[in-house]
Amino acid sequence: MTKLRYERPIITSLNGGVSNKFGTRSLHEPVSHIDGVSVKEIIAQYGSPVFILSERKIRQTYRDAKRAFTSRYPKVQFAWSYKTNYINAICNIFHQEGSWAEVVSIFEYKKAIANGVPGKNIIFNGPDKTEEDLRTAIENDSLIHIDHLDELYQIIELTGSLKKRPKVAIRVNMDTGIYPMWDRFGFNYENGQAWDAINKIILTDKMDLVGLHCHIGTFMLSPNAYAVAANKLSDLALGLKLHHKKNIEYIDLGGGFASKNTLKGSFLPGSDIIPGFDEYAEAICTTLLNAGFTKDDLPMLILESGRALIDEAGFLAGSVIANKRLSDGRRALVMDMGVNLLFTSFWYDHRISPVEASGHHTENAVIYGPLCMNIDVLRENVTLPPLKKGDQVVVHTVGAYNMTQWMQFISMRPNVVLIDPEGKTHVIRRKETVDDLNKMEEMPSHLKSFKI
Amino acid sequence: MLSWVLITSLSEGLKKCNMNVRIKSNVAVSDSGFVFDPSTGDSYSVNPIGVEIIQLLKEKSSTDDVLKSILERYETDEKTIDKDLFEFIQLLLNLQLAEKV
Repeated sequence: MTKLRYERPIITSLNGGVSNKFGTRSLHEPVSHIDGVSVKEIIAQYGSPVFILSERKIRQTYRDAKRAFTSRYPKVQFAWSYKTNYINAICNIFHQEGSWAEVVSIFEYKKAIANGVPGKNIIFNGPDKTEEDLRTAIENDSLIHIDHLDELYQIIELTGSLKKRPKVAIRVNMDTGIYPMWDRFGFNYENGQAWDAINKIILTDKMDLVGLHCHIGTFMLSPNAYAVAANKLSDLALGLKLHHKKNIEYIDLGGGFASKNTLKGSFLPGSDIIPGFDEYAEAICTTLLNAGFTKDDLPMLILESGRALIDEAGFLAGSVIANKRLSDGRRALVMDMGVNLLFTSFWYDHRISPVEASGHHTENAVIYGPLCMNIDVLRENVTLPPLKKGDQVVVHTVGAYNMTQWMQFISMRPNVVLIDPEGKTHVIRRKETVDDLNKMEEMPSHLKSFKI
Repeated sequence: MLSWVLITSLSEGLKKCNMNVRIKSNVAVSDSGFVFDPSTGDSYSVNPIGVEIIQLLKEKSSTDDVLKSILERYETDEKTIDKDLFEFIQLLLNLQLAEKV
């Protein structure tokens, strides 16, 4: 006789009351395959937990975004935001699609160069650029986005010893009507700092001001904020033309487009509330086209979107280590993946799906990671079918920031696997070993031995 | 043979914990998993295996019988069912749907 599939017995209290007017239901449909590849087989081959990235989804999302902008504006260039995911294979997918590189440190800069990106197609952002970093960027004709006056003076000094004229832009911060206003990066528009920096660059005549840059925030739910930003940068560009008779080559509106994740505290799921690429593109392109540029002066539009281009292409598959009941009656699941791998779980309620089909009965549970640390909580409350030790789950929309902000804390980082468009799997970052970590340590001779 | 030894020892463990229980006679259980307690007015939803356990306990089966029955019918092992049954029975006691005998 064939035995029935076992599911842990559960009993849940039914509460009378008004039903949810939005009628949203818990998503616990199984996700057994990603791009046609069995999750169980990936885990069997590459271990648990394992990051999985879909090349097909990355390319499709990139092309959707590009189409949204190029169908509205004649000159558009994307620059892949390295900090969002700087695994080389991922960067090269974007470079194959035509993206430049946008980096915020010399470490990322060197990765981009090693990946084969020409120096002139690297945008060097961020507040931390040493004299040596700037010298490298100038020699490679990279686009240096100046963050503060100290950096500007440093570049002026460097031009004395270098034969090349640096190509620079300034980063501008501004009030776009959203909170929080990011004013820690760049020069402020409203109080005149930005215009002052532009004047200094033009009047010292040591470098070429080729662009204007801003990055107004992250996970922006309001496309209109980009319209405000585009308007203010256009105003600076037109002022430059009027007062100094100079055209800028590009306006870089940075990134910050939202992905389909759900922010903690959000009433509706992210997929229901985030603007699509078309909405961002409409706000930005319409503003630029109507700003007052002549046809020949129309600047190139650069976008440094990261999160929105890759988040949905990333998955984290893992397994249940244990399940238990807490003192207040709540169900708790301990998974083999925690905040060490999913940094974004501090601000998202990540969707979690079981790999195998189950009955329709569900339980609310708190999901803990494997770390022996109280902060290691993946979800405070999620509705899932009763899972037992060894059952596998998939965490969705994890492609952005997790594979860069992950921590080597208590445990090591796992394999990262890419599924190519033909459905073949490739390890694009192998899991760490104790040897990898010990290689970086040195033992002073007097500490080499001990007796216990 | 080994599994029978283990079952005996596990069910012995449950007996030592005084875990033989009965579902209260006035608690109504439907085949679809709806449980109603008329003494409190509370209702509950139970998954199919939970219904099976409640019905076995209602028929005055011992925890030992329940263990054997689940093990025979479902793809699981003694340790798993022992752990889950113990917790499920604790919940039934906490919800006052069952009482120790």
